[in-house]
Amino acid sequence: MALLEVKDLKVYFRIRKGTVKAVDGVSFNLDAGETLGLVGESGCGKTTTAFAITKLLANNGYIAGGEIYFDGQKIAEPVPDFGKGLLAGAKATKFEKMQEEKMQTIRWKQISVIFQSAMNAFNPVYKVGDQIMEALRVHEKMTKEQARQRTIELFQLVGLDPRRLTGYPHEFSGGMRQRAMIAMALACNPKLIIADEPTTALDVIMQDRILKEIKDLQRKFQISMIIITHDISVVAEVADKIAIMYAGKIVEYGDIVAIFHRTSHPYSIGLLGAFPSIKGKKRRLDAIPGSPPDLANPPTGCRFHPRCKYVKDICKDKDPEFVEVEKNHWTACHFAYEVFNARISAEEVRM
Amino acid sequence: MITGAQEIPMEPFQGPSPETVVRVDNLVKYFPVKMGIAGIFGPKKVVHAVDGISFEIRKGEILGLVGESGCGKSTTGRLLVRLETPTSGTILHHGKNIAHIKGKELKEFRRRVQMVFQDPYESLNPRFTVLGSVSEPLIVHKIGSSMEEREELVCRALEAAELKPATEYLYRYPHELSGGQRQRVAIARALVLRPDFIVADEPVSMLDVSIRAGIMNLMLDLRAKYQIPYLFVTHDVSVARYMSDRIAVMYLGRIVEIGPTEYVISNAQHPYTRALLSAVPVPDPAHKHGRAEIKGELPSPIDLPKGCRFNPRCLYAKDICFQQSPGMIEVEKDHFVECHFAGKI
Ligand SMILES: Nc1ncnc2c1ncn2[C@@H]1O[C@H](COP(=O)(O)OP(=O)(O)OP(=O)(O)O)[C@@H](O)[C@H]1O
Ligand SMILES: Nc1ncnc2c1ncn2[C@@H]1O[C@H](COP(=O)(O)OP(=O)(O)OP(=O)(O)O)[C@@H](O)[C@H]1O
Ligand SMILES: [Mg+2]
Ligand SMILES: [Mg+2]
Repeated sequence: MALLEVKDLKVYFRIRKGTVKAVDGVSFNLDAGETLGLVGESGCGKTTTAFAITKLLANNGYIAGGEIYFDGQKIAEPVPDFGKGLLAGAKATKFEKMQEEKMQTIRWKQISVIFQSAMNAFNPVYKVGDQIMEALRVHEKMTKEQARQRTIELFQLVGLDPRRLTGYPHEFSGGMRQRAMIAMALACNPKLIIADEPTTALDVIMQDRILKEIKDLQRKFQISMIIITHDISVVAEVADKIAIMYAGKIVEYGDIVAIFHRTSHPYSIGLLGAFPSIKGKKRRLDAIPGSPPDLANPPTGCRFHPRCKYVKDICKDKDPEFVEVEKNHWTACHFAYEVFNARISAEEVRM
Repeated sequence: MITGAQEIPMEPFQGPSPETVVRVDNLVKYFPVKMGIAGIFGPKKVVHAVDGISFEIRKGEILGLVGESGCGKSTTGRLLVRLETPTSGTILHHGKNIAHIKGKELKEFRRRVQMVFQDPYESLNPRFTVLGSVSEPLIVHKIGSSMEEREELVCRALEAAELKPATEYLYRYPHELSGGQRQRVAIARALVLRPDFIVADEPVSMLDVSIRAGIMNLMLDLRAKYQIPYLFVTHDVSVARYMSDRIAVMYLGRIVEIGPTEYVISNAQHPYTRALLSAVPVPDPAHKHGRAEIKGELPSPIDLPKGCRFNPRCLYAKDICFQQSPGMIEVEKDHFVECHFAGKI
């Protein structure tokens, strides 16, 4: 049985002018010890997916459909319709409160999060070291001295000088804060780590070192990880599978080697082609032309069609289903087989 | 796998003009460290965040500043826009030393220089809408006569930062934006005053590749159009290469190598620069990259090693490296290296 199962998840946000369908039918699963890379353009719903799993959504966000299972236990589903009766509101609140309580026990102890911004993780008025020690004392029931020892170890693990335990978050550099946050996430030996852009502030040498440490811990304790990143080389380095998201949906999903080898969705091809390199001639980078769609008002049919060079009539009308183009490799494109079999060449698809 | 974009040549840039916008001499910034009870009795300790650096940036030039986490890049950037006051040294802005200016003078200076931060949570007030955040500098510096006029300027800046249509975003709060969208708001905020110098501190590291390419191209185009010089801080050598005319490599508060981008990339002389280049990963799961050419010990800017500060991690260190700190050596035209063995390794 998978450790984490996300089934047809929908997460919407209420805004002044309607509803943002930030995640709109996302499914994937994750076994113990496995790493999934979640990639896609800014605003496509990666963080929202992660926050739905950990119940950290902003107040105007809600689960509009689907369900999430963790360790066999259902941890998220939409609030049922309690009708219009007098008590409907109170019942809904009670339901949400029960879900929240269930989550309290799971968060940190079993699922820990490395946030995209360290500002979310640390309270600016407390010392960094104290905050990690506090987490250890509360969740792992450690004594003060044990917690201190463990925090020192964790600092060393992420390459921080233990003498900086008494520093405040603002006294840390961007990368130091990010490393402190990684230390915090690793503190309680979780079953699942959700790492949202965990190494964006780190140089390659440090990144290399930390990814290696995380991988070692994963192997040792069978920890699963969802790594959200725009850095394709990080995904290539650590992930076993990959899910490429576009505008609230997964467009390509499966085994990482298969997908890198024979990318079959026009969007993924564009995404994998837009990074600078230190090798070869310096050339102008291709950004994928056009902008990501407004999720309050997504395009009909395939959501990528307005930006897809290979667009056909069917793409405007019909939302494509997933096809398994090869073992462990699914693509949601009406022409997935054509792209996969290179009957449509990468050059044609690329914008 | 499918790699890379087509070979479109870069738009030719005529090269920076000889006019120096910023010049830094022997700049130093130390921070005191509090070390709990033990620290009270021991000697006073400081973090040597920036420890005597010198360089200049010319009109229209982009200087990339690279180096590992905690080496002093952001502090350097913050000093140049005077969000920090230097411990010692000079910062000339169009020939005027702004290292210790205060009050009205400082406010006037701040109008002309802008900073884009690493983490947009730091620069965007969560209680302000996008319109509020981006128009704030206009209000502070009394630019634009009416709210409509300011709104127009804000919209133009947002569209320049690829938030289109701008009106969709004006009334959103930071928490209603994704990380990347937030960073684009921060860039719009820096652009709205048409500054004559920008410090961009990791402006694209939180952005995904496709938008990142767009923002980098945008910054290059703005530079070509308005000749705005940048100090472009990044930990990513490939981004630095793409953006910069010259690259400065920082290690524990010092600039250890500086020179024209292609020289530094293809003819790196400092062992640290080489290590940094060797560790750049390859985006292909079938290809695990080689390990960095560097030893394990991690440096601390609190207690600096004697001699060359890179010696504990250097694979080439000889006796002299443990005794004397090296001076800057010009290994080829405009390419300087701070290593006893520059040009000999
Ligand atoms: N609280 C909210 N209210 C309204 N819209 C929101 C809210 N939070 C997120 N959104 C919108 O939902 C979409 C998905 O946001 P999300 O933060 O999940 O993106 P992301 O994929 O993590 O992007 P990034 O790579 O930039 O972090 C975006 O269009 C964003 O503007
Ligand atoms: N206000 C402060 N108080 C104390 N120490 C500080 C302060 N600001 C920065 N430092 C320290 O100065 C050193 C350099 O920090 P800086 O932010 O310049 O690094 P950086 O090169 O930008 O690193 P990163 O890539 O991780 O952002 C770090 O050790 C940091 O902890
Ligand atoms: Mg995000
Ligand atoms: Mg920094």
